[in-house]
Amino acid sequence: MDFKTFYNEVVTDHNMHPLHKHPLENPDIEMEGVNPSCGDELTIQLKAKDGIITDGSFIGDGCAISQASADIMIDMIIGKTLDEARHLADIFIRMIKSEATPEEIEELQEAGALADISHMPARVKCAVLGWHTLDEIIKGVGKTAD
Amino acid sequence: MIETDLKKSVTEYRKLFPVLKQDIAYLDNAATTQKPQSVLDAMRYYYENDNANPLRGVYDLSERATAAYENARKKTAAFINAAAPEEIIFVRNASEALNLLAYSWCEDNISEGDEIVVSVMEHHSDFLPWRYMAEKKNAKLVKLEPDETGAVTDEALDRCLSEKTKLLAITQVSNVLGRVNDIKHIAEKVHSAGALISVDGAQSVPHMKVDVQDLDCDFLSFSGHKMFGPMGIGVLYGKREHLERMRPFMYGGEMIQTVHWDRVTYAELPHRFEAGTVNVGGAVGLSAAIDFINQAGWGIIEAQEEILTKRAIAGIKDLNKIRIIGSQNEDDHKGIVTFCVEDVHPHDVADILGRAGVCIRAGHHCAQPLMDHLGVKSTCRVSFAFYNTEEEVDRFIEELSKVRGLLGYGL
Repeated sequence: MDFKTFYNEVVTDHNMHPLHKHPLENPDIEMEGVNPSCGDELTIQLKAKDGIITDGSFIGDGCAISQASADIMIDMIIGKTLDEARHLADIFIRMIKSEATPEEIEELQEAGALADISHMPARVKCAVLGWHTLDEIIKGVGKTAD
Repeated sequence: MIETDLKKSVTEYRKLFPVLKQDIAYLDNAATTQKPQSVLDAMRYYYENDNANPLRGVYDLSERATAAYENARKKTAAFINAAAPEEIIFVRNASEALNLLAYSWCEDNISEGDEIVVSVMEHHSDFLPWRYMAEKKNAKLVKLEPDETGAVTDEALDRCLSEKTKLLAITQVSNVLGRVNDIKHIAEKVHSAGALISVDGAQSVPHMKVDVQDLDCDFLSFSGHKMFGPMGIGVLYGKREHLERMRPFMYGGEMIQTVHWDRVTYAELPHRFEAGTVNVGGAVGLSAAIDFINQAGWGIIEAQEEILTKRAIAGIKDLNKIRIIGSQNEDDHKGIVTFCVEDVHPHDVADILGRAGVCIRAGHHCAQPLMDHLGVKSTCRVSFAFYNTEEEVDRFIEELSKVRGLLGYGL
């Protein structure tokens, strides 16, 4: 694969200048995800009110792919409902498995720039780290609500 | 040795490795080495000509399989200068060797309050089994910490050893720092404290002469696949006096003398520790790998690896914002150089180099306690075998010099 399509500007920009990499004050929800292949840990923090994500952030060190992916994700889900966020996470995770349709990938907007990672098995875990953690968070919220 | 002669020899030996015909610079030899044609041929020959279940059949074919297997054991014993072939237990890899040892030896030799000393630079496979057994036995796991250059000092050793110490586990060459530990000296101190020493030889046995009698180590573990042999075969060496008193680790076929409902007698060494049908093909491959190493000789192997290591260290030091982990002295690196690129995650470094055909390792190298000790999350590592060339080192440095720029950082 061409280097440029993989470490593209979207990825390098979000990696070097993340918008949402900082601790959140009094988060309502917090969850840590670990990538066992490199030991990287990423913590997602969210504030939610009436089922809507009002603010979000991530902390932790990781590679350019995991950092950019998490930053793009947080940017996308702020203002969305938990259901919408989970829907996006579902598409993203399927996109990385090459199982999402072009229409679905369009829904992911900027996160679609990571689609090529589906051809890079070694980096899949990096790309989905944040999204998996988000998925776990929302599953957990669903359970407590029940 | 004259340098041009060495270069010629390396070129000739390199040609014997089919994988290396590809346009790649394979610099991840601490993870696994490539296999020469002779190893592949020996295994193929065994399966095409001598294959039967060894140690059981009385027919000629099975006897040939048994001979192939036991000859591999004899060759391995001679390779590390074990006192007898029975001191060589064939296992899958160093991890299995260390698990066998920890489970079996600790069961009868560790009691509540005893201490097992483990260095913080151990691979997880030389840490987790001891940790598990210490927990199970209510024993204490004592952390041996090297200094910032990776050296184990006498002071550090003295702090860890006590009358409660039963065993010390340490690697001969760290898979991260690349530093050679003076096992002979450490063994002397451990023995004076009345304890035993288990040595992880996974990164030393492939790269230097290891003589277990000279080192006076009680146990030595290593993997075949890191020394030009196949995957799935490894070795636990133990002094006979210790092995004889150890209970079996796995129970099953071919590890017994007699089995009745109410009484069992286990087989003699080494078969007591080799339950089930063994990996003859793997042992034959390991035997051929030892022949290969003996043929090349430590002179060529060590001289070439030293040239490559020094060239890599000099090249890295010439680049900005790249830091070598552990000792900054080139003489302290046995074919392994670990480093960090400022601002760039090791996985990105390895990925970018990988796209340019340069194969290096990134991550915690199965040594997370050492990463914690060094205060890093993960690192990049190049590791050499003697078939590597100076051109490959230059290619690695060239690609490494581009990494920060490609990710948008200043050089």
